[in-house]
Amino acid sequence: MRRQLPIIIVFVSGAFMAIQYFIPHDAGVFFYEYGLDWIIVIGIFAMLLGIWSLFKVQLDKVVKRSPGWGYSVVALGGLFFMLIGGPLWGIEEGTPFMQVFWYIYTPIQATMFSLLAFYIASAAYRAFRARTVLATILLLTAMVIMLRLIPLGPISGSNQKLATWILMVPSMAANRAILIGIGLGIVATCLKIILGIERAYMGHD
Amino acid sequence: MNFYERLMNLDRRWVYLVVGIAVIIPVLNPFRVPVYVTQEVKAIYDCVESLEPGDILFLAIDYDPQAMAEVHPMAKAIMRQCFAKDVKLIISALSQNGPGMAEQLISELSKEFGKKSGIDYCYLGYKPYFSIVILGMGQNFRIPFPTDYYGVPLDSLPMMRGVQNYDDVKVVIDISSGNITDYWIIYGNGRYNVKLAVGVTGVMTANYYPYLASGQIFGLMGGLKGASEYEVLSKQGDRAIKMMSIQTTAHIVIILFIVAGNIGYFMSRKKKIK
Repeated sequence: MRRQLPIIIVFVSGAFMAIQYFIPHDAGVFFYEYGLDWIIVIGIFAMLLGIWSLFKVQLDKVVKRSPGWGYSVVALGGLFFMLIGGPLWGIEEGTPFMQVFWYIYTPIQATMFSLLAFYIASAAYRAFRARTVLATILLLTAMVIMLRLIPLGPISGSNQKLATWILMVPSMAANRAILIGIGLGIVATCLKIILGIERAYMGHD
Repeated sequence: MNFYERLMNLDRRWVYLVVGIAVIIPVLNPFRVPVYVTQEVKAIYDCVESLEPGDILFLAIDYDPQAMAEVHPMAKAIMRQCFAKDVKLIISALSQNGPGMAEQLISELSKEFGKKSGIDYCYLGYKPYFSIVILGMGQNFRIPFPTDYYGVPLDSLPMMRGVQNYDDVKVVIDISSGNITDYWIIYGNGRYNVKLAVGVTGVMTANYYPYLASGQIFGLMGGLKGASEYEVLSKQGDRAIKMMSIQTTAHIVIILFIVAGNIGYFMSRKKKIK
């Protein structure tokens, strides 16, 4: 029963969500809305589980004085400050909660992302070499797309048109092929899960 | 190692240094670069411009601080345009760090335009599992959001009376830095047929052209360039326009490095052949 029950639940829920799409009846809509509510509630429990897991892992590091345990103290401090700070002072603009968000968290994330510019510059310099025909095509395409963002006086319009053509024709064709492949893959995986062929979600085959 | 081989194998620290300088110079000596407006951005502007006072626009703010430089100006320009035209806004933030982004915009612009929560805009806030939230809102905004971000029941907000789901919204614009946009297209447009436009980061832009061509989205703003185009059209703010000079300089430097690398490669190959 430990194996059958989850498979039955997954089959009934999955089949219902797939079928109800084609049946616009009030009863179907009611159960569909009910199901959506359920999923959100389950999601919130998953979030609690995540917070507990984070707390436990970081606390273990502090207790055992593992290498880098000081960072765990900061992580735990941040976790508790935001957990308590929100309900205590509110989450509107100007509260301590938002000040931590704006003056600590935002610059950290922005800094991490900004570093990418340097890595991309270095990677582009090394990778874009016209060694083969394909590499030359890649190089020229990248140049046209990059030049799209730069004002080039009288040739800006032509370059813009060429860049738009690259994005709307060859790039789009490749993207569509990938998207259709992904879509078919999702359908196949969903069917395997609904029919109980794919059971990895239970933690074992 | 001769000159051309050196040109081909520059130490990465030189690249970092030159890119750093190229970014700092326009910050210290600001200048403006001309912005060419594309049709996909103009389509969004025209749509917002065609809305009447009292119409509702759904603005999905689905990005984190890391993408702020690129997409925050888009959201700001659209919000300013809506407030200036007395178009009502329903705002959600389905990215985990999105609520702070949205709250900052609302706080700043509602003061500037004298707009009130519940009357001129409704800020729904964040709920986990964005795909389910997007589906839920298609049935009724009250399923995922019984209250707004500030804890006020949606039914007690004057602007939300009679507003049930996407059918009561003229257009949805998703400003995003992640795959939430995919779910707006799949569920928002695909299932509930919402009129959808998206604003995404520069690296994401190419991925969304297929949806533009298929008509699943009617407009597309890509990165800082898209934001600057929208600012030019709407005449609401100039942050992205100002930042375009920094992006332009950085791009020119990267292109010069690529050219230098290729000159080095070809010249050293020529020497070897000789």
